[in-house]
Amino acid sequence: MDVLYFAWVRERVGRPKDKVETNAATVRDLVNELREREERYAAAFGDLDALRVAVDQELTDFDAPLKDAREVAFFPPMTGG
Amino acid sequence: MDIRVQEAPFDLGAEANAFAAKQTGMGALVTFTGIVRDLNDGDLDVMEIEHYPGMTEKAIEKIAKEALSRWTLGDILVIHRYGKLHPDEVIMMVATAAPHRADAFQGAEFLMDFLKSRAPFWKKEVSGTAADWVAAKDEDEDALSRW
Repeated sequence: MDVLYFAWVRERVGRPKDKVETNAATVRDLVNELREREERYAAAFGDLDALRVAVDQELTDFDAPLKDAREVAFFPPMTGG
Repeated sequence: MDIRVQEAPFDLGAEANAFAAKQTGMGALVTFTGIVRDLNDGDLDVMEIEHYPGMTEKAIEKIAKEALSRWTLGDILVIHRYGKLHPDEVIMMVATAAPHRADAFQGAEFLMDFLKSRAPFWKKEVSGTAADWVAAKDEDEDALSRW
């Protein structure tokens, strides 16, 4: 699946997107896999309270299932308007 | 309903007039405009606005549909820019048309409250060599609970 990063999450990870092969059942499982990758991922995903997540472009939460998900995006709380 | 996410500037007056000209039987038209504000004593050079192409349009459409279901609105216009903007430049606008003003005002306020914290935009303030992401405010999140 495609994993996308925006704003300071993108800056901490150091790239806008990863292609990830995973069997993670939920967003939280995916986060734990990403944290294991490298220190910069651990830094980006240090505090989940500071992050929001969208699965297939719908805002959801960290317990959301990833079955059949094509795209997961992580970002800080939004500041539109 | 007309939703546009774009980098280019737009003519606020021309958009408001074109939106008004499309309506029939609407007694009230409300517009809101968001402008880049320098909160750092005049040293803000650029506000960079990032967004999530694809999700942004869907999220705004969902918010607009919700507004249409809650109030008697004839039409909605949302234009939101991204990219590098300078102080006093127009960031975005919403317009609502309704038979009566209460619906037009409330619809516009609802749209703005949700665009603030449910549309995937992120603002970064660049001043000289410093660049800081604008943090979401608790009061913006709290504002959603009134609806």
